[in-house]
Amino acid sequence: MSAVVRITDLHKSFGEREVLKGIDLEVAEGEVVCVIGPSGSGKSTLLRCVNLLEQPTGGTVEVLGTEVTDPDVDIDAVRTHVGMVFQQFNLFPHRNVLDNCTLAQRQVLRRPREEAEQVARRNLTQVGLADRETSMPGQLSGGQQQRVAIARALSMDPALMLFDEPTSALDPELVGDVLAVMRDLADAGMTMLVVTHEMAFAREVADRVVFMDDGVIVEQGSPDTVIGAPTEERTKTFLARVLDPTHHHDA
Amino acid sequence: MTSASSDARAALAARARMSPRRRAELSRRIQYGILIVLGLVIVVTTQWDRVAEVFLNPESIKAILPAIPRAALNTVMYTLGAFAVGLTLGTALALMKLSSIRVWRALATGYIEFFRGIPALLVVFAYGYAIPTAFEIRFSSVLLQISLALGMVSAAYIAETVRAGLQAVPKGQVEAARSLGMSSGATMRRIVIPQAFRMVLPPLTNEIVLLLKDTSLVFGLGLATTDYELTKVGRTALSSAGGGLTSILVIGIAYLLITIPLSALTRHLERTTGSKGHV
Repeated sequence: MSAVVRITDLHKSFGEREVLKGIDLEVAEGEVVCVIGPSGSGKSTLLRCVNLLEQPTGGTVEVLGTEVTDPDVDIDAVRTHVGMVFQQFNLFPHRNVLDNCTLAQRQVLRRPREEAEQVARRNLTQVGLADRETSMPGQLSGGQQQRVAIARALSMDPALMLFDEPTSALDPELVGDVLAVMRDLADAGMTMLVVTHEMAFAREVADRVVFMDDGVIVEQGSPDTVIGAPTEERTKTFLARVLDPTHHHDA
Repeated sequence: MTSASSDARAALAARARMSPRRRAELSRRIQYGILIVLGLVIVVTTQWDRVAEVFLNPESIKAILPAIPRAALNTVMYTLGAFAVGLTLGTALALMKLSSIRVWRALATGYIEFFRGIPALLVVFAYGYAIPTAFEIRFSSVLLQISLALGMVSAAYIAETVRAGLQAVPKGQVEAARSLGMSSGATMRRIVIPQAFRMVLPPLTNEIVLLLKDTSLVFGLGLATTDYELTKVGRTALSSAGGGLTSILVIGIAYLLITIPLSALTRHLERTTGSKGHV
């Protein structure tokens, strides 16, 4: 089975600052890969290079067999198959929940209204918000908004889902609902690339955990290895800080 | 007891002057006193019969009133026509200013600087006299002529307002739409522009008020009486026998009857769009 995402020697600079310093990463079909690491390590930038929200400075990114770093790529066509969930939800505030989920289906996939609404309702049911389809995004809690954002992405029937710190902007008591939806998605066999700070989620759900620091992949492997028994010093330091924040460690 | 606290006690005890509250009360009374004296002076020194004769002449009011409804309607029509032109052209200019193509940006900037920098009256004159001669155009309707003249000026201001609105739509909205596979054009039409217009609704309503007052500038054109707007009616009455300043007052009130509700609407929109945190 060929990889859904194949990243080769990826470099990305913002001006003088090099954020990604040569990343090689593959995500196989049905695989759930969690990317962890300190803020500023480049993990969000890596994710955004996959659907070209950021234009890489060097290297290649191949998604579903199409090289998105090719200047002549039809990126809109590729993005149709790649769902993205943002830290800040980014629901369309001027459209209700159902419209949020049908707009791109109708605009991009040219689905008729009835079909688009049927697909949207199925996905809203899956995220537990079937009863909120006429609500405006501003009337929902952060956790509900994020679940609508997931339903919106799923309504395009993506082959790959990208999650960019999906629970980082949520109140702690709302994180669980969103993670539960993501877990269901993983169980259903969705290919997922997840940037997260939720170590418990990564440990339970991920097939593979990638630890990034300072623009490079420091260590990767099964969750039990990377989170449970890291070999690299930088991984150990990071995990010590995340898992036991009040305790002082020597770096 | 520390020396700091005993120093403070001594300093406070020494402030035996008038309390701040009493001083504020005295200041308030003095200001009311001045206002009352000013009012009395005006009432006593003004020759009220003459003022009434000039500003509230019943004959003049009777003479001008029949022309008001038609003129008010024309004023509103010119305003709406100019706003339609201004909004369309202004939105196009705003999109040009945000274009990635340098020439579009330069053209839009040139247009905006030009029309914001010259008096609107000049443009009205140009449409009234110069353009028909130069291009051998005869405007089939006065409404079209005036709408184009005032609309082109208004577009320069509306363009900057709309551009600010477009730029105020969060970047995440564009990213979300593009991530769903929507093209940049569809993203602009379906996501960015609708949100931008919600944000600029209050300033756009305000622009209508400004436009409405600017329709007075067409008094400089030679118009048929059926095309007269409010100011032209007032201007004509002013110079007619027995018209005088009364007609100006009537015209002023006619304007206020339209502008005050519009301003109230602007304030209402500012409140509601602001309070909902509506983007």
